[in-house]
Amino acid sequence: MIKVTDLHKSFGDIKAVNGISFEAKDGEITGLLGPNGAGKTTTLRMLYTLLPPDSGEIKIDGLDPKNDAIAIKRTLGVVPDGRGLYTRMTARENIRYFGELHGMARKDIRTRIDELVETLDMADFIERRTEGFSQGQRVKVAIARAMIHKPQTVLMDEPSNGLDVMSTRALRKYILGLKAHGHSIVLSTHIMQEVAALCDRIVIISSGKVAADGTAEELLERSGCESLEDAFVQLIGSEEGLLA
Amino acid sequence: MNGLKTVFKKEVRENLRDRRALFNSLLLGPLLFPVLFVGLMWFLESAEQERAEKTLELPVVGAHFAPSLIRFLEQHGVVVLPEPENPEEMVSNQEVPVAIRILPEFAENWRQGKPAPIEVISDISRQEANVPKRRVKLLLLGYGQQIGSLRLQLRGVAPQLASPIMLRDIDLSTPKSRAILAIIFLPYVLMITAFTGATHLAMDTTAGEKERKSLEPLLINPVPRWQIMAGKMMTTTVFAMASLALTLVSFRLVLPLMPVGAFGMDLTLGLQTLLKILLVISPVAILAAALLTLLASFAKSYREAQSYMGLVILIPMIPSLIFMANPVKAESWMMNVPLFSQNMLIGEIIRDQSVPLAWYAMSISSTLAIGLVLAVIAASIYNSPKLIFSSG
Repeated sequence: MIKVTDLHKSFGDIKAVNGISFEAKDGEITGLLGPNGAGKTTTLRMLYTLLPPDSGEIKIDGLDPKNDAIAIKRTLGVVPDGRGLYTRMTARENIRYFGELHGMARKDIRTRIDELVETLDMADFIERRTEGFSQGQRVKVAIARAMIHKPQTVLMDEPSNGLDVMSTRALRKYILGLKAHGHSIVLSTHIMQEVAALCDRIVIISSGKVAADGTAEELLERSGCESLEDAFVQLIGSEEGLLA
Repeated sequence: MNGLKTVFKKEVRENLRDRRALFNSLLLGPLLFPVLFVGLMWFLESAEQERAEKTLELPVVGAHFAPSLIRFLEQHGVVVLPEPENPEEMVSNQEVPVAIRILPEFAENWRQGKPAPIEVISDISRQEANVPKRRVKLLLLGYGQQIGSLRLQLRGVAPQLASPIMLRDIDLSTPKSRAILAIIFLPYVLMITAFTGATHLAMDTTAGEKERKSLEPLLINPVPRWQIMAGKMMTTTVFAMASLALTLVSFRLVLPLMPVGAFGMDLTLGLQTLLKILLVISPVAILAAALLTLLASFAKSYREAQSYMGLVILIPMIPSLIFMANPVKAESWMMNVPLFSQNMLIGEIIRDQSVPLAWYAMSISSTLAIGLVLAVIAASIYNSPKLIFSSG
């Protein structure tokens, strides 16, 4: 459960985030949709405590990143924009490293990795060094290491970026599985189809502000459009930077 | 502290698999420097010897003014070349290292018992000419002394009267202490090794991690940033120390092969000496790791970090070079100056002198203190969001 109220963040003269508020409930997938540069990544970085907001409030399961950064990090699973893996280590070692950083016991890490290998279908490459992995394989490892400690809240920055059709389908299935288990999921994307296919709640972000917020039906109704895509374009005011 | 341990273990494991890290830290320093220096000494020694033993070819102008001197030179193995037209030109063109000119008034002065002039022509800026020039001068002076003694004897005077003083050298150096003459460069090499051993690791674990975009995911883990930083710095320190230890072992193996010329030198580094040196130099590894990590943290990429490192490597060289060019007596206050104190102490340890324990303490603590300050600054940089996102 995430509650964001009137978030602001500037870099020099550029107002990257200029008054964003939204809520993400448990058992729901919340999509942050917007063109590149709209402020999605900055918003997520403030959520996962790497950037301090200039003003505004964030509550994740009642915790504030300002005061409880470490506690929040324990409850968060994050697949950030940077998916860098350690190429001189195997996929398993990459995931294990994050488990150890979370202070998990060796035995728990082992069982958990076995589960993730199963769900994410990683058996073929789990013992291989990540040098030369395909995008799909890299994203799977990045997700597995983010999920190693069974976080309640999951943040994903453009998770399907660079994935082929098969990998995207597998990813969507996985995210829907998380939802079914009652996790709160927030993902950012500039791909309209992705929100349409996945999200219960859509937050449209444009130029650092929330342009519209609601379920798919609510957005259709508010815009008076026939299709969700038309509704997005109308609500943002331009289709530049969005992908169908 | 578990986070620190985890980061440290992972970095060590990962870097042991990195050929570049192994090459830079564990191979380059330990292998290259000892072999380079001993090789260089061999080369210098043999070149010197060759010049000393080579037949000396000497162009002489005005040989007919001093036939008996010429005979003396020839008896001592000098090949006297026929009179050149322009000896200065021959020396300038490096056809010969040295030439002499016997001036026309030589014969006249000689007969009258006045000093008879001979010019020795050489170019002092050509180092390779020094040995032949010295040989020529020694021969000429030797001849002069011989004739001088004969002249005194002919006049019924004991030649000893002309040498009122007899000098005797009493040398208190020991084979061990003379060793410093040959290995004055050792502190210098070790100082550089501490830095080269740390460089790759410092860059790879910070700027490299940023460049590969794995820093952001790493920092999302519930571990205080300073622990992540400290883990990385510890890895860098350990690699630098390993580099130093291997270099010392390698010197121990190679030094006995070094040519020591006429001096008897004891070049064996005993186990105790090695451990003492390692103790003195270890804080430098920590200092280097902290300094390099701090600098590399500012860089966005490995390449950018590399461009800073060229300058940093000058830091350990400066005190060593000052010390080599201008050897000074070790004094207490110097022990508070990092890098300089290590130079002094290692010199004393090699000469097998007893060093006050307080000196060890001062050198180690002053170096550690500065290393710690740098480490704290580095850690605080890791707390700034700028560090992570300067790449974006």
